[in-house]
Amino acid sequence: MSELAIRPTQAMVMVGRCVRLSRRNIDAMLTSLLLPVILMLLFVYLFGGAIDTGSAYVTYVVPGVLLLCAGFGAAGTAISVTTDLTNGMIERLRTMDVGATSILAGHVVASVARNSVSTVLVLGVAVAIGFRPAVEPLRWLAAAGVLLMFLLAVSWLSAAFGLLARTPEAASGYTFLVMFLPYPSSAFVPVETMPDWLRGFAENQPVTPVIESLRGLLLDTPVGSAPAHAAAWCLGLLAVAVVLSGLLFRRRVA
Amino acid sequence: MVNAPPAVDLVDLRKSFGDVVVLDGLTMRVPSGGVHALLGQNGAGKTTTVRILATLTRPDSGSARVAGHDVVRERRQVRRVISLAGQHAALDDGQTGLENLIMLARLAGLSGPAARARAAALLERFDLADAAGRQAVTYSGGMRRRLDLAASLVGAPSVIFLDEPTTGLDPRSRQGLWEVIGELAGAGVTVLLTTQYLEEADRLADRIMVLHHGGLVADGTAAELKGHFGAQRLELTWRDEASFAEAARRLGDRTTHREPARLALSVATDGSAPQVRGLLDEIDPDRHGVVRFTVREATLDDVFLTLTGRPVSPPREVTNV
Ligand SMILES: Nc1ncnc2c1ncn2[C@@H]1O[C@H](COP(=O)(O)OP(=O)(O)OP(=O)(O)O)[C@@H](O)[C@H]1O
Ligand SMILES: [Mg+2]
Repeated sequence: MSELAIRPTQAMVMVGRCVRLSRRNIDAMLTSLLLPVILMLLFVYLFGGAIDTGSAYVTYVVPGVLLLCAGFGAAGTAISVTTDLTNGMIERLRTMDVGATSILAGHVVASVARNSVSTVLVLGVAVAIGFRPAVEPLRWLAAAGVLLMFLLAVSWLSAAFGLLARTPEAASGYTFLVMFLPYPSSAFVPVETMPDWLRGFAENQPVTPVIESLRGLLLDTPVGSAPAHAAAWCLGLLAVAVVLSGLLFRRRVA
Repeated sequence: MVNAPPAVDLVDLRKSFGDVVVLDGLTMRVPSGGVHALLGQNGAGKTTTVRILATLTRPDSGSARVAGHDVVRERRQVRRVISLAGQHAALDDGQTGLENLIMLARLAGLSGPAARARAAALLERFDLADAAGRQAVTYSGGMRRRLDLAASLVGAPSVIFLDEPTTGLDPRSRQGLWEVIGELAGAGVTVLLTTQYLEEADRLADRIMVLHHGGLVADGTAAELKGHFGAQRLELTWRDEASFAEAARRLGDRTTHREPARLALSVATDGSAPQVRGLLDEIDPDRHGVVRFTVREATLDDVFLTLTGRPVSPPREVTNV
C-alpha cells in the first residue's frame, strides 16, 4: 500500500482496536458509566436540597455531571496509553512504522466514543429524575458540539498524561487534575457563593465557559460569549495536548 | 541477490545505561540471507543489540545499519524491512488471537481479506487454530509466545530479529519454530536470533556470534568454532582424589576441563590411537591412576565456556575463523 494510503488505514485500525478493547474492559466501562450517575443522584438528593441555584437543582447540575463524566472517561485513556507503553505494544507498533498520531488517535477516538455513551446514559437518568431540557434541535446540536470539543481536548490531554506516567497507577493519578477541574467552577454551585480568590479562579478556568454554554443551550437561556470562550479554551487545550503528546512520544519511544 | 548490502552492519557500536557499559565498540556484520545466532550470557547485551537494530534504542555512538539503512537517520526505511519478536510478548490481552493478528496485518498494509487469510494461516502454522477465537489473556505462556512469533511474521520482512524465540516453548513447539525459521531462510529472509540454547544455535544457525564484555569474541560456523576452540579432548577419570590432584598438578596448563566432583580431567587430543596411547603412558606411567578414558567431541558448550570463562583483557581479539 502506498505511503499516503496507509496512514488513514492505520488510524482506523487503531480506533477499531481501542473501541474493541474498551468494550471488553467491563470493569472500567461500568465504573465510567455508573460513577457519574451515582454522583448525579448524590448531588441532587444529598446536597441539592441545601444548594440554592434559583431553579430545580437537577436542572442546574446536569452539565456539571456531564463534565465529571468526561473526566472519569479521560482517566481511562491515560491508563490505556501507559499500559500500551509498558507492555511493549507501542514498541511493536513503532517497529512496524505505525505513526504516533495513529496510535494516540485510536485511544482518543475510543475515549470520545465511550464518553458519548455515558453522556447519553446520564442524560437519560437525569430526565427520569426531573431534568427538563429545552426541545430545540439546533441548540441540542450546538450543545453536543461544545461537549465533543471538550471531550476531545481532555481525552488528548489524558493521552499526554499517559505518555508521561511510568505505570498505569501513576497515569490514573495524573488524571486527577482533569477530574477535579469541574468542582471549582460553576458546575455544582454558583460562583457567586465562593470566596473571592476561588471565584477568580472559577470564573477564568476552562470548565466554566463549557458549563455555562451547555446550561444555556440545553435550557434555552441566553449564553452570551460563553460558547466562544469554551471553543477557544477547548481548541487551545487540544493544540497544547497534541503538541505535548508529540514531544512526550518522541521522548519515550525512539 | 547480487551485491545486496549486509543485513546487519555494526561498526564500533557503543551503548551504556548510566554507569553500565553494555556495548563497548561492537563491530559485527551479518550477510544477507541465512540464520545467524547471537549468543551471550545473561546481561551480555543481546537484547540491547537487537533493540538498537530494531530502531527502539538509540546507540550512544558508532554506526548501525540494517539492509543498508542507518537505524537512527533512516529509521523509517529500516522499519519497512524488519520485524521483531522481542524477549517479552507484546500483545493485546483483550483481543483474541485472531483479532491481534488481523490488526497487525492490517497495520502492515494488508487489505482486510488478505489480513484475515494471513492471520488464519499463521494461527494454523503455529498450532493456535483452536484457540484463535479466545482472548489472549486466556493463553498459556507458550501459546502467548507462539502468538507473538506469529505476530512478527504478519508482514513480509526481509530481516527478522527473534530475541530468545524458543524460551518457554515445549519441545514440539520448538521443533515447529525451527521449521518455520528454516522456511524463512529458504525464502531468502535473514534471521538473526538470540538464544541461550547452544544446541539450538548448533542446529539452526549458519553462523554463530558470541557477545562478551561488550564485543564479539567469536564469529564463525558451529564446526569452525568447535574446531578452533575445542576440537577433541581425552577425558580421564581418576581412581581417587590423591591421584586426581597429582595428575592435575603435573598437567598444569594442559588441562582443558577439570571436574573434581567426578575426578575427571581432560587434555586435548586428535583422537588417533597412537596419540591417545602416548598420552595415557605419559600421564599415568604406573597404569594405576586412570580408571576410565573417553574421547569427546567438543561441543558448543565447551566453546562457550572457553570463551566466556576467560577474562577478556584489551586488546580484544575477534576470532574470525
Ligand atoms: N533500559 C535499561 N536501563 C538500564 N539498564 C539496562 C536497560 N536495558 C538493559 N540494561 C542493562 O544492560 C545490560 C544488558 O542487558 P540486555 O537485556 O541487553 O542483556 P541480554 O544479553 O539480552 O540478557 P538476557 O540473556 O538476560 O536476556 C544489563 O546489565 C541490563 O541490566
Ligand atoms: Mg535479553
